[in-house]
Amino acid sequence: MSFQTVTKVLLQGFAENCVIFAVTLLFAIPLGLIIAFGSMSRFWPLKWLTRTFVWVIRGTPLMLQLFVVMYVPGLLFDVTMPNRVLGIPIDPRMFSALVAFIINYAAYFSEIYRGGIESIAVGQYEAGQVLGMTGPQIFFKVVLLQVVKRIIPPMGNEIITLVKDTSLARVIAVQEILWIAEEFTTVGLIWPLFYTGVFFLAFCGVLTLLFGFIERKLDYFRG
Amino acid sequence: MPILEVRNIRKSFGNNEVLRGVGFTMEKGEVLAIIGSSGSGKTTLLRCLNFLERPDAGQILVNGEMLFDAEDESIHNEKELRKKRLHFGLVFQSFNLFPQYNVLRNVSLAMELLAKERPDFKSRRREIMGEIESRALALISRVGLADKVNSYPYQLSGGQQQRVAIARALALSPEILCFDEPTSALDPELTGEVLKVIRSLKSSDSTMIVVTHEMEFARNVADKVIFMADGLIEEEGTAEEVFGNPKSERTRAFFSSLSER
Ligand SMILES: Nc1ncnc2c1ncn2[C@@H]1O[C@H](COP(=O)(O)OP(=O)(O)O)[C@@H](O)[C@H]1O
Ligand SMILES: [Mg+2]
Repeated sequence: MSFQTVTKVLLQGFAENCVIFAVTLLFAIPLGLIIAFGSMSRFWPLKWLTRTFVWVIRGTPLMLQLFVVMYVPGLLFDVTMPNRVLGIPIDPRMFSALVAFIINYAAYFSEIYRGGIESIAVGQYEAGQVLGMTGPQIFFKVVLLQVVKRIIPPMGNEIITLVKDTSLARVIAVQEILWIAEEFTTVGLIWPLFYTGVFFLAFCGVLTLLFGFIERKLDYFRG
Repeated sequence: MPILEVRNIRKSFGNNEVLRGVGFTMEKGEVLAIIGSSGSGKTTLLRCLNFLERPDAGQILVNGEMLFDAEDESIHNEKELRKKRLHFGLVFQSFNLFPQYNVLRNVSLAMELLAKERPDFKSRRREIMGEIESRALALISRVGLADKVNSYPYQLSGGQQQRVAIARALALSPEILCFDEPTSALDPELTGEVLKVIRSLKSSDSTMIVVTHEMEFARNVADKVIFMADGLIEEEGTAEEVFGNPKSERTRAFFSSLSER
């Protein structure tokens, strides 16, 4: 089998990885913010509920979470995963994978956000208050950009980890790039398996450049 | 009528009673210096005036209007509080400039946000934004930083940052401007430029409360001086009275502890 054919087939697998990557970011980035606000809430039941949730998610393997989302709804509640979302056909296994990834990454992101928000000096909030700003004005006009600047490096790390984690979806039979590459071994081809590394490296390379760019963009101020 | 009347303010943090019944009045255009050793409650008093802390007891009146009354629950509405804050301005010891904005925007931001609530903002947007910018520029030159309009806080010295903070506090034209040890985070050679700006505000008839350890400054600039000790006003009077002829033993002890340094 030619190099080109293998590349094409692997690219189809990698498209699955890219879908998991993009959809996870799309939902986990805002969901993480909601969780972060929950874990900083002054209403303690909400705070302890969210913190326990984050502890459970961060304290168990993503692989286990994939299995749980895949099997538990069907076994316990007789719920089956949908095969269509908003009219778009979707493999139920892919749906389960997305749910697990979104929850897992939202929990990690929420801790990064919380760290970022809590690192802003109270003086910044108070300066806004004495200037008659409302809570939302202080958050969006004073605090947010400072938080963004501080969380870009840890978010970059986490997002690069996500690129590689997408291949974990194979444990619930999502046919991502490593799954496909492994199938080549049944016809005696081992090199496609190693070749997959190039795809991940290229993707992470682009992300590294992108995050470097954003960091430089925010270099105009300190704090 | 006094511009500010503070009655019997009390404030505790847990078991620590930091203000134990503080009251005073100020007339428009007066400069009040508050002195006293560290921990005597000066910062807490300014924070109460700016509604950053809520007093446990007491009243605050501006121009005869009751802004705060610890007894009256209906007065503590968050929305109202925001408007009431605008009677006061506060310059912090640690400047607290917004690092992501240049000098101009540090000064104009609050004016812009407030202007957006005006009913005619949409129709007169350009005009209003123009007015805000020229006001901000005027304030910045007033504190002597016309050449730093586009600088970011990290590019400025401490003294320059504090002068920006003063311009920022003046932007909303507070009736009473409070300073919490505005020079104590500065190198000695930078305190002069900040004190000069504050002194220049006095000649423009601003009403100011200045918590300070700069005794020379307090003596020369303040109309009235309050010496605080343990959350109480130990002594108050004109600058000549308090500095020239302190009545209280504690005030005298405070002054002699300063001169021993
Ligand atoms: N937020 C707070 N929580 C607990 N104690 C506080 C708080 N703010 C101030 N205090 C205490 O109040 C006392 C007076 O503080 P402060 O008003 O800062 O005095 P000063 O400005 O005169 O040095 C100090 O003992 C300080 O520890
Ligand atoms: Mg203090």
